[in-house]
Amino acid sequence: MAESAAPSVVTDDMRAQLGVEGPETVSEVTTTGCRLFARAVGHGDAIFFDAEAARARGYRDVVAPPGFLGTPVYRPNAERAERAEGPPGEGIKIPYKRILNGGTTYEYFEPICAGDVITSRGKVTEYQERTGSIGPMLIVYRETTYRRADDTVVAKVYGNIIHY
Amino acid sequence: MAEQVYFEDVEVGQPIPEIRKNCSTQQLVIWAGASGDFYQIHYDLNFAKRTGLDNLIVHGALKHAFLGQVLHDWVAPGGRIEKFGCQYRGMDYPDQDIVCGGVVTGKSVEGDRHVVELEVWTQNPSGQKTTPGTARVVLPSRG
Repeated sequence: MAESAAPSVVTDDMRAQLGVEGPETVSEVTTTGCRLFARAVGHGDAIFFDAEAARARGYRDVVAPPGFLGTPVYRPNAERAERAEGPPGEGIKIPYKRILNGGTTYEYFEPICAGDVITSRGKVTEYQERTGSIGPMLIVYRETTYRRADDTVVAKVYGNIIHY
Repeated sequence: MAEQVYFEDVEVGQPIPEIRKNCSTQQLVIWAGASGDFYQIHYDLNFAKRTGLDNLIVHGALKHAFLGQVLHDWVAPGGRIEKFGCQYRGMDYPDQDIVCGGVVTGKSVEGDRHVVELEVWTQNPSGQKTTPGTARVVLPSRG
């Protein structure tokens, strides 16, 4: 890729956010959530659906399928609040209007099973600026750490969003 | 389920068994509910067309989860997925085949962990890898 010709859009406020963890999000790994996720993907392994099958294979309960870290939590009016204050924990104002999800990586340290309550906190780890075929862009790299109630880190999710 | 794959049975360059997906709009609706991603470009064709798309598109995160299934089905019951990820490079559409596969790129023993590295992907009917990625799994050893 060519060297960025556009002026940098990374502000001091944005640099100050690097490595700063945002607020906690709590989500529950439920049997219902595991089953629905596994059904949506098309999994055939019974450990994602049935507690007995999971226990027979040494798990505590129904297993969270790969990519599932808890039932999404819906909060009424959350979208409106975010728009007013900006995304929680971020002082990031990016001038580019369009975004692309550049990719996602899940890293697992412990099996995750139904009954687990997972607390996650995210942070921005890096900004990259480039000029590509779609013009100047800013790539924001984030890392989110997921902990069980006993504080064991069970997973990390790495993602990047391309603003252009 | 297939027989257990052991670390010693695996060679660099070896492909892992593919899974062929073909998403109905019903599957995309189930995924919307499971993932909490209710963006209408994935199930409301009129909405998708108003945003300039020609068709509904398959959620990127669902294709990522397909890679999780390919890996899980290969390593189960005795192995474990440690890490898997992909980039979102191209769109896939309902009622079209999405072939999910992978190939072994590396093997190593780290302490008591028997680690296998892979390239993974989903591929569209034109042969384009729309979600290329990498993965790391551990397999049981015969030793």
